[in-house]
Amino acid sequence: MTTTTTTKTYLQAISDGLREEMRRDGRVFLIGEDIGVYGGAFKVTQGFLQEFGEDRVIDSPLSETAIVGSCTGAALMGMRPVCEMQFSDFVSCAFDQLVTVAAKQHYRVGTPVPIVVRLPSGGGFSGGPFHSQNPEGFFAHCPGLKIACPATPADAKGLIVQAIRDPNPVLFFEHKHLYRRIKGEVPDGEHSVELGQARLHREGSDISIITYGAMVYTAEEAAQQAEERDGTSVEIVDLRTVTPWDRQAVLESAAKTSKVIVLHEDTHTSGFGAEIAATIAEEAFEDLDGPVLRVTAPDTPVPFSPPLEKAFLPQTEDVLAAIDKLASY
Amino acid sequence: MSTGTLVDVVMPQMGVSVSEGTITRWAKAVGDSIEADETIVEISTDKVDTEVPSPASGIIRELLAEEGETVPVNTRIAVIATGDAASEPAPAPADEPAAQATQPASPEDTETAPAPEAPAAGQPGEPPAPEAPGPGPSAQAQTQAPANGDAEGRAFVSPVVARMLAEHKLDINRIPGTGRGGRVTKKDVQAFIDSGGQAAAAPAPPPPPEVHDVPHFAPPAEPAPQPPAAPAQPAAPAAAPAPAPVVADGEQEIYQFNTIRKVIARHMRHSLDTAAHVTTVIEVDMTGVVNLRRRWKPEYQRRYGVNLTYIPFVARATIDAIGRWPWVNAEVQGESAVIKKYVNLGMAVAVDDAKGLMVPVIHRAEEKNLVGLSRSVVDLADRARTKTLTPDEMSGGTFTITNPGVFGALIGTPIIPEGQVAILDVEAIVKRPVVVTDEHGNDAIAIRSMMFLCLSYDHRLVDGAYAAQFMAQVKENLESWDENAFGL
Repeated sequence: MTTTTTTKTYLQAISDGLREEMRRDGRVFLIGEDIGVYGGAFKVTQGFLQEFGEDRVIDSPLSETAIVGSCTGAALMGMRPVCEMQFSDFVSCAFDQLVTVAAKQHYRVGTPVPIVVRLPSGGGFSGGPFHSQNPEGFFAHCPGLKIACPATPADAKGLIVQAIRDPNPVLFFEHKHLYRRIKGEVPDGEHSVELGQARLHREGSDISIITYGAMVYTAEEAAQQAEERDGTSVEIVDLRTVTPWDRQAVLESAAKTSKVIVLHEDTHTSGFGAEIAATIAEEAFEDLDGPVLRVTAPDTPVPFSPPLEKAFLPQTEDVLAAIDKLASY
Repeated sequence: MSTGTLVDVVMPQMGVSVSEGTITRWAKAVGDSIEADETIVEISTDKVDTEVPSPASGIIRELLAEEGETVPVNTRIAVIATGDAASEPAPAPADEPAAQATQPASPEDTETAPAPEAPAAGQPGEPPAPEAPGPGPSAQAQTQAPANGDAEGRAFVSPVVARMLAEHKLDINRIPGTGRGGRVTKKDVQAFIDSGGQAAAAPAPPPPPEVHDVPHFAPPAEPAPQPPAAPAQPAAPAAAPAPAPVVADGEQEIYQFNTIRKVIARHMRHSLDTAAHVTTVIEVDMTGVVNLRRRWKPEYQRRYGVNLTYIPFVARATIDAIGRWPWVNAEVQGESAVIKKYVNLGMAVAVDDAKGLMVPVIHRAEEKNLVGLSRSVVDLADRARTKTLTPDEMSGGTFTITNPGVFGALIGTPIIPEGQVAILDVEAIVKRPVVVTDEHGNDAIAIRSMMFLCLSYDHRLVDGAYAAQFMAQVKENLESWDENAFGL
């Protein structure tokens, strides 16, 4: 089987995935704030209104509760809604609809809720405390929700497609800082990525970094520098999805290198990295040759000030420091 | 790998300038079991004579120096087998221990650096060890650090390394460590295996005395310190032989502190070093209680089979007063006061012919009436003397009563048990002429049964006015004992 690919930005890949699924499946429709006429705050859905019409590309009132609630209702009536939180930070307004209604519907009643919530997330551009967060950790704690955090354009397309096809509520975190900065080869046409399958981003033998989303690139830069400097060989596992997450891939990498760093942009305490570290401690204890280290943002809101935000977000040097600590352990 | 280990005891460095020490007395013989921190040997150096606590629990495998012998610092003087190793047969005794001991292995011979401190020495929450004389390491038995130990003499074996060592039957001491502090890393083990080390190591004999490893992980934490007067462990009845003087001449006898004595010493000192001790004394007219007790004692014995003493009266009066003045039933934690809403009443009991002290605890004493308190007092006191208390029954106290008055003592300033803020000293009831005032305001001298109560309290939490009012309440409760509430 040969697949042609085209170089695309992360944003184009998401846009393509959405468009192709809408063309393929008439049940798929979009709803969100300014996604229609304006084409979305980040222009992910630019041109969609013209192609699919206002019945399938709905500009909603400014209410995340109403957006997610209407999606759940539509899904129960057989539709495949995809909604957009203009910024992932705003999803807290829809917390109840997601956690209490959508996540528990199948358990309670047995009916699937095939909705996708798109969540432009992450910092790095002075968005401040309300436009920079990575709230996946809140939802990873809630049984019944799936969570995708793609790092590459190909995965962005493959996962948005799979999210739409999945019968469960899926939170699709698309990192804003990757939108136009990251380009990559994206398979043309039909392309989906299974939820719960990690991707070996970089192979290495000395230290494993378990990460996802934009931090894959931070890890990559640190790994390159470590290798150039003293030959330390760093393996990077990109989880791609946080729920479900690929425990086997993580445990295999831990067994291989025996030294693990867990890296994410979300804040530290009760971040998803804690779950990964705990699982490694439980299930790969006898494979470890050093402590499992977490590199995360500190437990504060995201600062506005560029130097402060730089200090807040995990940087290459932070990852390198952890690599050095483990390498010399 | 055997989970048991052999731990060396070496002559400690008792001060920078001290280079040798003399074995004064071995406290243990080969084959004896020993607890960590128990004295294994007494030594004498230029600067100090001291006891050396054992660095580990186990069985004495070897004693390598004789009493009276002087050996250089860091010389191995004993070997303790711990864990499984303790149950392995000891090697045949050396034919000529003296000859062996006169050629002690020097530190260089064993490729070890002197470890400053035994790993088992410190216990969390314990008072800091008294400073060793001189700036040198403290007076702990020193274990020799393995070749791959870090500066503290510990050799951390990571989980994966432990597994690989077991799988390949390797001796960690043969593997050069490149990790932090010389730790043997997974890579080191792999390199050793790859270089054919496995074959070389395969026929490794049972560990000779020079070879010792340390546990992979720290042992479980020691039990939390008990309240000061309460020994940390109930001494087994069999383990409490009549103490014999270990050194005696015509002029004096010297006894080693037994376990109880050591715990008492440590906790008493620590309490005085932390709590701000103040004592308030109040005089109580016990005539009413004395009369009640005299009247009810035979009936109590007949009906409940309990000997009615004064202590349950004082206990009940105290518990009721605590209800109004709860800050004496508390604990100081850092800069917080933890006020207890229950009363676990400690009862100081003299044991071992008054050479020891135990403090059994009546848990939830506030729920007990006079009969219940009487039973508890008798039961716990009996079992303290027969050393059959459980650890639970000697811990958790929130307020303590001590009763030297039974011997005629008049005034005391007791030391507050750790973890509490007050202790009530019940003194002798003595008939005294006192001035009494009748309902018409007429004064008269009468013979009354009087008693002092002395309350030591921690002024960090409890102030004088509070303590005095608490004491006044105890006094009032005792002087106005309601006989109607007494038949039960």
